[in-house]
Amino acid sequence: MNGAPQRLLVTGSSRLRFAPHVKFRHDETRGRWVVLAPERLLLPDDQAVEILKLVDGALSVDAVIDDLARRFEAPRELIAGDVVAMLQDLADKGVLAP
Amino acid sequence: MSGDISPPLALLAELTHRCPLRCPYCSNPLELERAGAELDQASWQRVLSEAAALGVLQVHFSGGEPLVRRDLASLVRHAGSVGLYSNLITSGVLLDRARLAELVEAGLEHVQLSFQDAESAGADRVAGLAGAHDKKLSVAALVREAGLPLTVNAVMHRQNLERLPEMIDLALRLGAGRLEVAHVQYYGWALANRRALLPTEAQLERATAIVAEARLRLKGVLTIDYVVPDYYARRPKACMGGWGRQFLNISPAGKVLPCHAAESLPGFEFPSVRSTSLAEIWYRSDAFSRFRGTDWMPEPCHSCDKREIDWGGCRCQAFALTGDAARTDPACALAPDRALLDRLREADAAAPAGDFVYRQIGGAPAAASGPILAPSP
Repeated sequence: MNGAPQRLLVTGSSRLRFAPHVKFRHDETRGRWVVLAPERLLLPDDQAVEILKLVDGALSVDAVIDDLARRFEAPRELIAGDVVAMLQDLADKGVLAP
Repeated sequence: MSGDISPPLALLAELTHRCPLRCPYCSNPLELERAGAELDQASWQRVLSEAAALGVLQVHFSGGEPLVRRDLASLVRHAGSVGLYSNLITSGVLLDRARLAELVEAGLEHVQLSFQDAESAGADRVAGLAGAHDKKLSVAALVREAGLPLTVNAVMHRQNLERLPEMIDLALRLGAGRLEVAHVQYYGWALANRRALLPTEAQLERATAIVAEARLRLKGVLTIDYVVPDYYARRPKACMGGWGRQFLNISPAGKVLPCHAAESLPGFEFPSVRSTSLAEIWYRSDAFSRFRGTDWMPEPCHSCDKREIDWGGCRCQAFALTGDAARTDPACALAPDRALLDRLREADAAAPAGDFVYRQIGGAPAAASGPILAPSP
């Protein structure tokens, strides 16, 4: 085995991706985005969907916040806390991985 | 879509009732289906397509032991081809490297593996199968080697609750991402084995504290799901997320049920996928409409501000305990029958454990002559 697993702590420099076997996809029946994960099904709201669309394993969390602040003309410091909190929650649920 | 009824989210596909284990708390009905009654591969594939078209997102392949079915991989493959996310709920004892590779290749996304205890003597005694526990340990390692996420399902009760800390350690050691600490709930086989399984209040309080501590310590490493057994709860659980709201359950013979225990309820004609479409069943059948929403509820449920949280709890439990499926779930502290449930629980928890009635096809214990609680007027 490869040592004790550690909690992923989300910071501005984290580059996150969906964990293996987690699917983020558009559901035609409901006309909304869904996250399919082991024994878990999330129906993210519009704001969360915009964040999750930027989760690609390449962009840093800081870059995600910059992008959202620009597109939605929102003060960066206002949304940064919300974005990190949401991503941390999803990391704790095993939905996101480093 | 039809009116304000939302499409189902998940399908529990009970492929078979056959199983090499004989756990005395099995959630299958007392009257188990024989192999000859099972839906064939083509029928299951058609049903999976219908489920996806209806809006189902996840399919849980379950049983019995789903690996008894030689066509399991082809069903997993079909589920993936119509966009369903596949989960395997298994005892593991029939899984080997070749079979797992076949399932991974077919697109399986996740494995939920049951454990009966944290150590082999107790585990094998509950499973009724020598060597089962050691086999499960090796299967868990195979699942992780194959790169699949693993959930450990730990069914807990009077006879293994003392080893909950070891069970949590075991889940960690096996590399599970999730642990379900699943207290036995008392329907079907478990109801018949209530005295052998029901924990004492002291045992339960200790377990709840252990889970609370472990959740903090293991945040982001191991997700722990925990549900208190109904008999000790203050409010009933939202069984299946509410009757006909999120889940479809299909029995091995093709009966479509709002929950896996619903065939225990009298006065129902559960429709079959052999003759009726899933959409017709979900949106228009009497079986799915009967206890959907809140209109059917008696008081104190109908005016309760929690009615759209617990959706009235569990109909099968209301029937098993009171003889009336439409009665308030006795698990609720506000139920007229709650005091009777408390007395039953205290008597059972204080009684000697006695022997297990093991699950077996054709081996259902004699039915109780009437409801277990004598309902108050």
